[in-house]
Amino acid sequence: MLNETKAGKFRIQGNTILVTIIFIFLTAAPFFMSSFRMNMFGKYMCFALIAIGIDMIWGYAGILSLGHGVYFGLGAYCMAMHLKLEASGGALPDFMAWSAMEKLPGFWKPFESTAFTLLAVVLVPVTVAAIIGSLTFLNRIRGVYFSILSQALAYALATFMIGRQEYFGGSNGLTNFSTIFGCPIQSTQTKIILFYCTLAALILAYVGCRFLVKRRIGRVLIAVRDAENRARFTGYSPAVYKVFVYCLSAALAGIAGALYVPQVGIISPTDINISPSIEMVIWVAVGGKGTLVGPVLGALVVNFLKSLISEQFPAFWQFFMGGVFILVVLFLPGGLVSIKEIPAKIKARKLKKEE
Amino acid sequence: MKKRDLWKKILSVAMVGALSMSVMGCSGGAMGEATESSTETTESSEAEESSEVTGTEESTASGDTVKVGILHSQSGTMAMAEKPMIEATQMAIDEINEAGGILGKQIEFVLEDGASDAAIFAEKATKLLTNDKVATIFGCWTSASRKAVLPVVEGNNGLLWYPVQYEGLESSHNIMYTAPCPNQQAIPAMDYLMENYKGEDGVLKVFLFGSDYVYPRTTNTIIKEMQAEYGFEIVGEEYIPLGYTDCSTVITKIQQTQPDVIINTINGDSNVSFFKQYKDAGLSPDKIQTMSFSCYEEDIRGMGAEYAEGHLFAWNYFQSVDTEASKAFTEKFKSIYGEEKVTGDPVVNAYEGVYLWKAAVEKAGTFDVEAVITACESGEVECETPEGLITIAAGTTHHVLQKVLVGECDAEGQIQTLWETEDRVEPDPWLTEYAWASKLTTDSE
Repeated sequence: MLNETKAGKFRIQGNTILVTIIFIFLTAAPFFMSSFRMNMFGKYMCFALIAIGIDMIWGYAGILSLGHGVYFGLGAYCMAMHLKLEASGGALPDFMAWSAMEKLPGFWKPFESTAFTLLAVVLVPVTVAAIIGSLTFLNRIRGVYFSILSQALAYALATFMIGRQEYFGGSNGLTNFSTIFGCPIQSTQTKIILFYCTLAALILAYVGCRFLVKRRIGRVLIAVRDAENRARFTGYSPAVYKVFVYCLSAALAGIAGALYVPQVGIISPTDINISPSIEMVIWVAVGGKGTLVGPVLGALVVNFLKSLISEQFPAFWQFFMGGVFILVVLFLPGGLVSIKEIPAKIKARKLKKEE
Repeated sequence: MKKRDLWKKILSVAMVGALSMSVMGCSGGAMGEATESSTETTESSEAEESSEVTGTEESTASGDTVKVGILHSQSGTMAMAEKPMIEATQMAIDEINEAGGILGKQIEFVLEDGASDAAIFAEKATKLLTNDKVATIFGCWTSASRKAVLPVVEGNNGLLWYPVQYEGLESSHNIMYTAPCPNQQAIPAMDYLMENYKGEDGVLKVFLFGSDYVYPRTTNTIIKEMQAEYGFEIVGEEYIPLGYTDCSTVITKIQQTQPDVIINTINGDSNVSFFKQYKDAGLSPDKIQTMSFSCYEEDIRGMGAEYAEGHLFAWNYFQSVDTEASKAFTEKFKSIYGEEKVTGDPVVNAYEGVYLWKAAVEKAGTFDVEAVITACESGEVECETPEGLITIAAGTTHHVLQKVLVGECDAEGQIQTLWETEDRVEPDPWLTEYAWASKLTTDSE
């Protein structure tokens, strides 16, 4: 018992050092990376933000969502609608014209307002998550059934977006933005500002989630993950906690989406469909779930490797990525953050042999 | 101000040392770029400007080579379709290099994978333009990928050569379209159908069937707008997701509505399923004809000629086109990439893009993007291609003049020309010549 807490403390310390290094590295990035690379890292940080949210529900509360592209997409589309209106400057957005729309649909109008957009970026995903969450968790749908349901949701949303070309740009998605809140979107200054906004959001999310998991709520979530019925018998309502944490992770994904759109310049149904949703879970798994720093590391490393390897080997990069995933799952089941435990493990094995 | 800059530098140097991120291949950093661009605008001394110009010139065409980018999907659902495009582009580059290059420089290409994902296309285009500083990019297939790359080439003053037939209603300053827009494919094809496939009651009944994405939906929107003027009747409109293989419900609907012609805008491997299930359902082109806009010789090879035989296809080039240039091209393509390979309109478009760029560069006398675009807009950039003489139209449409062909597939899987336009058709991406299309274009541009 005593040993366990000691080991736990040591782990937390190691992770704190790791997270500090990551954040210092990211803060300094614009000073030594080209604007293209910095922009890439801006994108990776958006992914890290989603990964933190997924870690909260999966690593802590044991809810495996394979459809987080939905919340990412909702946040991203809200932002993209605002940017599209800004870019078309009063005229009808281009894709509506070629889809034979005659005037702007009513639900687009409020997105002309910056304040409304910023609210919607959080509230739309949270509302959807609250509805889905309460419908499923109150009915005690969990495990694989929830995963399948979440995946179906991602597919449904992507299909809906493709089918409603006149409202959402169809499979092309929303793209060709010119300014964000008046700043030219392609300029390096704007990119730097966006980069630091994303970094700030990431740090806030990390600190906030860390604060939560260290409090009682974090313990309850773990209890719900490990033994939901016991938690219920001790007087906690697992459903309420699950809905809360699910909404929280939806909010993080929504914010990530809103930061992703101006930095990448496009959001399309491909990016919110099932396979990107599964990729999000992979980042968390590769980094190490249930650690908060793991998902951040996982999202940054996996995506950086993906960009780098696909540039070097455009024809074979997917084999490398597949290989990396297999290696991590086989040899580092605790994710990248468990690398530091390897020396101890080797030592233990040696000791065993000597015995 | 100076002190802050000094601090920035110290900090950046320290960080570089501490983290040893040698992989980045960094120079100056984004912060440096941002401050550079602001000083440039404030103090634009002539000397600096001229050095800046030679600087970019050198980066795009340094030494004896000039770098270009090839940006197609090599993974994901579009990989099969886009592979021949890469091959055709490389073949053109090799030919030009063997013949001495452009302006005395050999072409060197950087290949990037768009991974069938629009966001990745945007990322890789940015990489090609800002990191590799390529003089031009050849690439993209889907509308989504082109739309994603568009702001990138416009923002970074790049140039993209787009080789695939598409829905039109676009003309970017930084994109050259070597493929047909609707008035060079869909609209003449409808003219042909109106002439030849009206039903017994004198009305042409059409059924619109396509993959669920922007090209089919927009093309069908255009066809629906034509309806009032042309007087045909649309009896059905259906879409299936990209890559979907079950067309039976739609085929049932086709059997119920009994159209004269099905306008097929299915893309990729769904075509295979459609044509097979069409035949299996007991339908054939002499009962209900089909007219396909995005199914070419490669797709026919994939499904087997017996399923496509007798069906109609509209393009600007077929492998069967009986000219010396066309035969030589197909032969060479097969000798390099394998006897079983076929060519077709998209492949030729990718191939001729490189030659058109060469012609434009030679006319401009420089690799500078703006000068090349100006040369293209002169209306004098042209080259002999497998599909005949191709000219970039004068003005800002950035499309090419080309013939439109309608053909029927034979028992060997080759599309034989049945009908062609007398002259090359002027591109009209915004459909300004057509009164019925006013609704589609008034608000944009």
